[in-house]
Amino acid sequence: MPDTLVRNAAGRDVVTRINGNEAVPYLGVGAFQPTGRKASPPIARCADYPSDGNKQVPDLKTALVNAGLRDGMTVSTHHHFRDGDLVANRIFDIAAELGIKDLRWLPSAAFPCHAPMIRHLESGVIHHIEGSMNGPLGDFASSGRMRGMGVLRSHGGRYQAIQDGEVHIDIAVIAAPTADPFGNANGVNGPSACGGLGFALADSQYADRVIVVTDNLVPFPCVPWQIQGNHVDFVVVTDKVGEPSKIVSGTTNITRSPDRLFIAELTARFVQAAGLLRDGFSFQAGAGGTSLAFAIYLKEMMIRQGIRARFVRGGSTKYLVEMLNEGLTEYILDGQTFDLDGVRSMRDNPRHVHTNPFVSYNYHGKGNVASMIDICVLGATEVDLGFNANVVSHSDGRLLHGIGGWQNCLFSKCTILPIPSFRDRIPVIVDEVMTLCGPGELIDVIVTERGIAINPLRQDLIDATRNSSLPIKSIHQLKAEIEAICGGRPDRPDFTDNVIAAVKWVDGTVIDVVRQLA
Amino acid sequence: MTMTARSGRRGKDIRSDCWVQITLVENGGRSIALSSKVDVLYGRSIRALVDDVLAFFSIDHAAVEVEDAGALPYTIAARVEAAVRRLHPEETREYLLPAIPGTTAHSARDRFRRSRLYLPGNDPKLAINAGIHQPDGVILDLEDSVAPDSKDDARILVRNTLRAVDFQGAERMVRINQLPLGYEDLRAVVPQSPQLLLIPKCETARQVQEVDAAIGDILRERNLKTEIYLMPIIESALGALNALEIATASTAVVALAIGLEDYTADIGAERTLEGRESQWMRGAVVNAARAAGIQPIDTVFSDVGDMDGLRASAKEARSLGFDGKGCIHPRQIPVVHDAFAPDEQELARAKKIVLAFEDAERRGLGVVALGSKMIDPPVVKRAQRTITIALKAGLLAAEWREEDAHA
Repeated sequence: MPDTLVRNAAGRDVVTRINGNEAVPYLGVGAFQPTGRKASPPIARCADYPSDGNKQVPDLKTALVNAGLRDGMTVSTHHHFRDGDLVANRIFDIAAELGIKDLRWLPSAAFPCHAPMIRHLESGVIHHIEGSMNGPLGDFASSGRMRGMGVLRSHGGRYQAIQDGEVHIDIAVIAAPTADPFGNANGVNGPSACGGLGFALADSQYADRVIVVTDNLVPFPCVPWQIQGNHVDFVVVTDKVGEPSKIVSGTTNITRSPDRLFIAELTARFVQAAGLLRDGFSFQAGAGGTSLAFAIYLKEMMIRQGIRARFVRGGSTKYLVEMLNEGLTEYILDGQTFDLDGVRSMRDNPRHVHTNPFVSYNYHGKGNVASMIDICVLGATEVDLGFNANVVSHSDGRLLHGIGGWQNCLFSKCTILPIPSFRDRIPVIVDEVMTLCGPGELIDVIVTERGIAINPLRQDLIDATRNSSLPIKSIHQLKAEIEAICGGRPDRPDFTDNVIAAVKWVDGTVIDVVRQLA
Repeated sequence: MTMTARSGRRGKDIRSDCWVQITLVENGGRSIALSSKVDVLYGRSIRALVDDVLAFFSIDHAAVEVEDAGALPYTIAARVEAAVRRLHPEETREYLLPAIPGTTAHSARDRFRRSRLYLPGNDPKLAINAGIHQPDGVILDLEDSVAPDSKDDARILVRNTLRAVDFQGAERMVRINQLPLGYEDLRAVVPQSPQLLLIPKCETARQVQEVDAAIGDILRERNLKTEIYLMPIIESALGALNALEIATASTAVVALAIGLEDYTADIGAERTLEGRESQWMRGAVVNAARAAGIQPIDTVFSDVGDMDGLRASAKEARSLGFDGKGCIHPRQIPVVHDAFAPDEQELARAKKIVLAFEDAERRGLGVVALGSKMIDPPVVKRAQRTITIALKAGLLAAEWREEDAHA
């Protein structure tokens, strides 16, 4: 039976219960008022831990057993190694070996390397996943075969959910490139160095039990301690925690497509024409070939005009590192390291600052970095006439991507989506997005190869660029052009009534749901 | 009896295209097996289109397979038609989707031809967005970029491309094959009003006149009134020697282009970066074109990764007297436009001369003077041309005269 649905403030029919727990429908940007106090982990005492600080146990299985792994628990992992993670699969293989069932897996993101989890979903070891689902896992969930409801959260939303007690983590497993026997850990040293470990911060603070797994054990103290050993229960040494070469995925190379380069250049020209490029500004350029190309064009403009940024936020790449080293930005505030140049820079350069979702994105905090950024450039799979955007589902209805930091970044002072107007034959600008991930009121500009659409709410940007030579059009005009090219309005996929996943807004409310494909 | 024909392209790296196989059967009507990455969104529309093309060609019984990688409707229609024609080579009807507006617009003899972007005629992917890069011209190529066994397939695709793709103001050019193969190209593309045809490996005036006559015949036959310009490409020793007769072979010739790969091979030289081996030929073609009052256009620069090399090569072309250069990648276009644009000094001088000329005209003076110096008419003409180029390249605002007055 489908859950009872209610219409939320964005006009979407959403669930009010997720896996047995109550969920608040989205009320609008900034409308939901949380009450109460944050979650708190149980009080621990030093008497229960070795006074010499050595928390090492022989292997991961022992650590999981000692942590009390049993049916129905929530186990969390992190995606610092992206597609090179070697730990998450092992946890659930061990759980299967121990005959444990109905676990909830809470990854900060899942990657194609986690396809073996399907076996555990099918056998009942894993009940459901709360985290990004794409590739094989996305197909599995989209076909309705996952028993529980998936929950898609932004990086900031994941921190918020753990902090607010929406999700209780029983056991957090943190794969760390370097750690000491006490549990202090970092991602910048060791043969598997991957950069920061920020995504594991909430887990280390709020989980009942915390296991650090490393392949590079150093004597106490392990510095910097991105993860503090005082939160950690057990330390495990293993052969290899991750494949750092695989943190470089396809999304972290500059695009070679002439059309994407064109869009990136047009975006940079827009930023210039809108007067956003001024000394001391800040910007965020995530992974994704177009974002990276945008940063390169921006850099050229900055050099020509003698402009320096105060800080740049983002997944760091060699391109941002170059800007830092050339003095074009004073700081990198790094939430996720996308290549090995980024790893080295974070280790060696004090101006390359390790951040985490609490600092950058958490909406239930006393402010965050995301809203202080002048320009933020993001992707999307679909944008509609109300500037609403979708990042999680494909036009054919399958789950495609996680939300990442995308929702959180929408709070920047100028949020720009540089996107192709259609991919192959698939229109990107549509009447109504299939899955609502970001409300249009926070999305300021769409830049496509066929023109730029400015959100009518941003009269200031419209005025600033009125006399420019930029191809500014209405979003309706863009959509009409694209439909003429693609051969009319596309059909929509057929869905059943069965809700397979809920999409959370940054405040934990439900902004939309994803249904099972018919 | 069964007969099977195929058309189009498929494979891992193929995008915006499709592969079609038609097997004629005795009975059972038309069946269409479609696999498409956009099946959910456009599956219905693709099946309907394929069926419509078959019905148009009176194919009542056929088993059709379509492997689609996001092809636009005009591509799907072209591929199906190409397969039908392989089954029925005598077929003369054409399946034409409605043309977008503006595809019959006229060009101008002396329009800008700084950049012309080559697009392989049998690959739809690159053509769809070619216009956004704002080349002065796009060349849908039926010649060297198309394999011999795909010529018929490409011809129909190019025909449909001319009707369906908005090149955003770029001059719509087609490079045909050498005659006699080129006759078939002409029959397919001429009725779609390409604005200019490139004649490859042109060596004599007669070759130009044959193409010109064939175009005239097709236009008359179809009762079409359109002017199609010609750009012969000089790619051989003989062509270079005959450059002037080629340039003046027909009033439709508006430009002479050169192709150096074939030329250097023809004269038995090695093609080098500095290009001393082609110096005489480039000079000869510039001379012939200027003598005929048409535009000389330089060859392509083939290393798409080397933007500095491209810039130097384009600047050299300009200094030799060429008006433009071929491009094989969209990112080359802005570099070429930039190289063909006047520099600051040139522009400042041109502005002074044009203002002086306009002032002299207003005052009814017969001579133009700048300070104490008389300015000859050709100098004025060149200055006007420099201003036009600068306006076009965005180096000068339309109201530069006022701004200049305030400065």
